[in-house]
Amino acid sequence: MALLATHGLTAFYRDFQALFGVDLTLEAGETIAIVGANGAGKSTLMRSISGVLRNGADQILFEGRPIGAMSAPEVMGLGIAMVPEGRKLFPSLSVEENLLIGRYGRATDGPWSLETIYQLFPVLKERRNTPGTALSGGQQQMVAIGRALMSNPRVLLCDELSLGLAPIIIKDIYAAFPAIRNSGASIAIVEQDIGQAMKVADRLYCMMEGRVTLTGRPAELSRDAIHAAYFGAHA
Amino acid sequence: MNWADTILQGALLGGLYALFAAGLSLVFGIMRLVNLAHGDLIVLAAYLILVLVSTLGLHPFLAVLIAMPVMFAAGWLLQSYVLNRTLGPDILPPLLVTFGLSVVLQNGLLQASSADSRRIPSGVLETASVAIGPLTIGVMPMLTFASAVAVILILNRVLYGTELGRAFRATSDDAVTAGLMGIKPHRTFAVATGIAMAIVAIAAVFLGTRANFDPTIGPARLIYAFEAVIMGGLGSLWGTLAGGVVLGVAQTIGGAINPEWQILAGHVAFVLVLLVRPRGFFPRAVD
Repeated sequence: MALLATHGLTAFYRDFQALFGVDLTLEAGETIAIVGANGAGKSTLMRSISGVLRNGADQILFEGRPIGAMSAPEVMGLGIAMVPEGRKLFPSLSVEENLLIGRYGRATDGPWSLETIYQLFPVLKERRNTPGTALSGGQQQMVAIGRALMSNPRVLLCDELSLGLAPIIIKDIYAAFPAIRNSGASIAIVEQDIGQAMKVADRLYCMMEGRVTLTGRPAELSRDAIHAAYFGAHA
Repeated sequence: MNWADTILQGALLGGLYALFAAGLSLVFGIMRLVNLAHGDLIVLAAYLILVLVSTLGLHPFLAVLIAMPVMFAAGWLLQSYVLNRTLGPDILPPLLVTFGLSVVLQNGLLQASSADSRRIPSGVLETASVAIGPLTIGVMPMLTFASAVAVILILNRVLYGTELGRAFRATSDDAVTAGLMGIKPHRTFAVATGIAMAIVAIAAVFLGTRANFDPTIGPARLIYAFEAVIMGGLGSLWGTLAGGVVLGVAQTIGGAINPEWQILAGHVAFVLVLLVRPRGFFPRAVD
């Protein structure tokens, strides 16, 4: 049984349908990447899994248990943490407080704590008392990842990690992922940067217009096939 | 007029206004909810303490210890079952609902206890005072001010030094992302309103022992609380105390010149402060 799975997942913003029956699985210990152009439904998929958007209960399963209709705090309580698009640090909280809020109301068993986050991203320790939003974009992304890790999640959802960041910074951020994998978390990454996604992921999902158009192991997928799945056959 | 004495009395009165305002400031800061019934809830708490004092024969300061958890529970229930339903992108529903609550509370109190003005008896404390040099300071005004300082110290300690406070601030920044952290915004709001109502009980005991009150005085207390919060700068509790002191001093000076000018002088000071510092004394960097 997959750790996390969606079955025929549909999502709506009022009358607008954003997802049309998405099937996706994430096995324990696996890293998957979901790529696609703007408006393909990647972020909607993340928002659905994390509980920000409510869906049919059976459309999302965690260890076989229906969680599609749960609220975000309930999903978080199961051990599914999210790094939201745009990082969304809390401006009133310092760097360290932003990290601490990640384990709100939870026991802290597991590999991740303030110390291990600071080992992963040493620059954050130097700036622990500055307001989170005073950091550079890359450092803010590190805080957002650390904040999600503080809950010692079983599933880490990352939405658009490289959005608005310089390539060299993106490389720094992705350098942390082997350590996160080794900590035992299963990871789902949403990316527009296909090259970066193919490097870290065991499997790739390509989305277009609210549907999965291609899936497979990065090594087995041709550039052309991804291109067609990303932009549409006639692009 | 003895200036030093007038200013000192006014500053101590500011402590009472800061107590009125602290709960309002907390609730507004966390959920952007303006509770128009805040003043009436203070009056309600004053009646609750009065009932406890007159039926059980308790000292007011003992009665307030009972009133605080009762008011906390009332605030928790009010937020959970009424106000949470009104929160959303539109700011009008919470204003309408709390305005309606204000009317209901005033008329309910009028029915239950008549329009007679009442006072909570506090025994010898009512007239006790200490002389410091040429000044004579009432014990109750001093206790009021000390309570305001203590309430603000504790609130700041909670806001900036506890997990609950982090949750308050995070929810205030961004409720959706706070949900992703496992924080249930509506539950957080209920606790915040509960705390605000516990502070209301403290404000009520000093309101009710200091002067007469009747069911209709709530809205004016709300105005004083607002003026203190706005003058101090939204989001700053020490600013709220400063705003309360400015209001209290202005009222006392105005009243010393001509008793008819007391209330007006406070409002004039409010307008003048906003003309000079539109965002108050200690505005937050980000709003």
